[in-house]
Amino acid sequence: MSENKNILPPDPEAILEVRNLEKRFVLEKTLMGKPTKELVAVNDISFKLKAGETLGIVGESGCGKTTLGRTILRLHPSNGGEIYFKGQNIAELKGKELRDLRTKMQIIFQDPYSSLPPRATVGDILSEPVLVHGIVPKSEVKEYVLDLMEKCGLRDYYYERYPHEFSGGQRQRICIARALSVKPELVICDEPVSALDVSIQAQIINLLKDLQRSMNLTYLFISHDLSVVKFISDKVGVMYLGKMMEFGDKKDIFGNPLHPYTKALFSAIPNPDPDMKMNRIHLEGDIPSPANPPSGCRFHTRCPMATEECSKCVPEYREVEPGHFVACHLCHKN
Amino acid sequence: MSNENEKVITPAEQNEPLDKNIKLMSPGMMVARRFFRSKLSMIGLLMIVGLFLFCWLGPVVYPVWGETQQDFSGKTEYTYSLVTYEKDGQTHSFYQIVETGKEINALAAPSKDHILGTDKDGRDVFTRLMYGGRISLAVSFIAVFAINILGVVLGGIAGYFGGIIDDVIMRICDILMCLPGFPILLIISTLLDAANVAANMRIYFLMAFLTLFSWPGTARLVRGQILSLREQEYMVAAEAMGYSTSRKIFKHLIPNVMPQLIVSMTLSLGSMILYEASLSYLNMGVRAPYAAWGTMINIVAEDSNILQNFFNVWGPPGLCIIIAVLGFNFVGDGLRDALDPKQRR
Repeated sequence: MSENKNILPPDPEAILEVRNLEKRFVLEKTLMGKPTKELVAVNDISFKLKAGETLGIVGESGCGKTTLGRTILRLHPSNGGEIYFKGQNIAELKGKELRDLRTKMQIIFQDPYSSLPPRATVGDILSEPVLVHGIVPKSEVKEYVLDLMEKCGLRDYYYERYPHEFSGGQRQRICIARALSVKPELVICDEPVSALDVSIQAQIINLLKDLQRSMNLTYLFISHDLSVVKFISDKVGVMYLGKMMEFGDKKDIFGNPLHPYTKALFSAIPNPDPDMKMNRIHLEGDIPSPANPPSGCRFHTRCPMATEECSKCVPEYREVEPGHFVACHLCHKN
Repeated sequence: MSNENEKVITPAEQNEPLDKNIKLMSPGMMVARRFFRSKLSMIGLLMIVGLFLFCWLGPVVYPVWGETQQDFSGKTEYTYSLVTYEKDGQTHSFYQIVETGKEINALAAPSKDHILGTDKDGRDVFTRLMYGGRISLAVSFIAVFAINILGVVLGGIAGYFGGIIDDVIMRICDILMCLPGFPILLIISTLLDAANVAANMRIYFLMAFLTLFSWPGTARLVRGQILSLREQEYMVAAEAMGYSTSRKIFKHLIPNVMPQLIVSMTLSLGSMILYEASLSYLNMGVRAPYAAWGTMINIVAEDSNILQNFFNVWGPPGLCIIIAVLGFNFVGDGLRDALDPKQRR
C-alpha cells in the first residue's frame, strides 16, 4: 500500500475522497499478540463525494456499511488506504489535529435512545460541544443553541429537559442538532431513521434535506432502506461483504443497475400498485460469513449468473460508464 | 390538567402546547422521590441522622462528663500510719488515720449522675457512647471515601484504557483480594506498638492499611461499569465530538457510574463500622482510656462478672453498632431500589 501512496493528488472538487480504504478486525491472535484470524469489514473501497451532495450507501446487515462510516470519521483506525477530506489525508491524523477535524465531520447514530447521555439536559448536550470547540463566544452559546434547536424543530423550553422525556423522533432531532452544533461540513448519517416509525421517518428525512440546503451539508447516508436512499441521495453505493459492488449517480443505479446483486436488491423494493407483477429475483442462501468470505467475486455463491471465472478471480472495480463503477466480470465483458 | 394550572396560563401562552406546563423532573429528582417514599430507607435515614446528632451534638448538650474523665465520688479512702514518738524517756505510738481521697465510682448503676452508669474505671458510659460514636463513624467515613477514591481512579483507568494497563491493575486486585485482611492487620498492629504510635492515632493507621487492601472491590465495580458504558453510543458520540480523554472520563463516564458507587459506598459504610468495632474489640484499634464502641464492649473480655451482671456497660455500645450498620444497610438498599426501579422483584 505504501508504494502507490500519493501517486495521484486528491481531486480538488471532492470534499471527501476515499481510496482503497481497508479496515480489519482481529478475531484471534497468538499469545504474542500477532493476529491469526482477521475479519475484513471494509475491503478496498474507493469513491469520491462532492460538497453538497448526498451519497447513499446500501447493503444487507453486516456488509460493513457502519464500519465504513465510522472508519471515515476516524472512530476506528483504518488499516490501509487514504481518506482525503478537503484535500488533506486524514487517515493518519492524531491528537489535536484529529480533535479539530471533529468539528468538520459529524455523525448521526441509528439508535436515538442510547446515543444521548441520560444524565444531561438537552441544553447541556447541545452546548457542550459548542463550548469545548469554542464555536461561538461563551456569552452567545445559549442563544446559538436555542437557534439551532429551532432549526431542528425543537421547542425552546426543551432546553431544560432530559432525554428520557422525549419520543424517538424528538430524540433523533436532538442528535441531529448535536451533530450540527459544531458547524460540520460532512455528516455521516448511520441509519438515522431505521429505528423510527414510518411517519416520523418522513419528518426526519425532510428535516435532513432542509438542513442540507440551508447549511450546505454533505451527507454520507447509510441505510438499508432503498426507498429512503432513493429519495435523499444524489449518488448511491451498493456494498456486499465489505466490498463496493456498484457505485454511481442515483439515476444510473436505479435506472440502469448493472451488477446482479444491485438488480436483486432493487427487485425487492415493494411496489404499492397491486396490478403490477413483481419480478423478484430470489437470492439463494444466506450472506456468507465476513470472517470467511468466498474466493473470487464475493457474490458468486449467490449470484444467479455466476460463471467459473467468478469463483476464481476477484473482479476489478472499474468505471464502465462515466461516473458509474461496477465490480463484476459479466459487466466488464459487455 | 387541573384548574390550578389553567389559571396560571396567560393569554400569550395559550397557543403553546400543554406539555410546556408539565412539571420538570430531573433523573435525580425522580430518584429522590422514590427514595423518600420508601419506608425502610426513611427508617434507616432516621437511624443514621439520629446517631450523628447523638454523637456530635450530644457532648455539647450534655457536657457533664468527659471522654476519659473518671468519677471519684466513691467511698472515702483512708490510710493508717503508725506514728511513734519519744516523750519522757518512754516510747509512745498511735495510729494516725489519714483521708487520702475518694475511690473511683466504678460500675455504678444507672442513676441521675450517670444515665447509663459507669464502667469499671468509673467513666460515664453514656458520655463515652457519644465520643466512641464519633470515632467509629468518622473513621468508617474516611476509610470508605479513601477506598472509593482509590477504587474509582484505578478501576476507571483500567476500564477506560484497557489492554496492558487493565491487566496489570486487575492482577494487583486479584493478589490483594487473596490476602487475608485480619491477620495482616494483626501484624500491622504489632508493628504500630513497636513504633510507639499514640493510642488515639492507631485506628487511623490501621484503617489506612485496611483501605490499601479494600479498594479492589470498588475498582472491579467501576471497571465493569465503565466497560459497559464505553460501548454505549453516547460515548462513541463523545469520541466523535472530539472531547478530551479527561472530559470523557470525568464528565461522561464517572457521573454514570455514580449511582452504583453511591450504593456500594453506603453498604460498605456498615461493614467498615463492623471492621472498626472488631479491631477495637480485639484491643488493636482504639484503646482505653479513649472510647470507641468496640473498645467499650472489650471490657467483657476481661471480666465475665461484667458480662453477667452489668448489661448497662456493654449493651448500649452493641446496640449502637447494630443501629449504625442496620441504618446504613437500609439506606443503601433504599438507594439501590430508587436508582434502579427495574431491578426490583
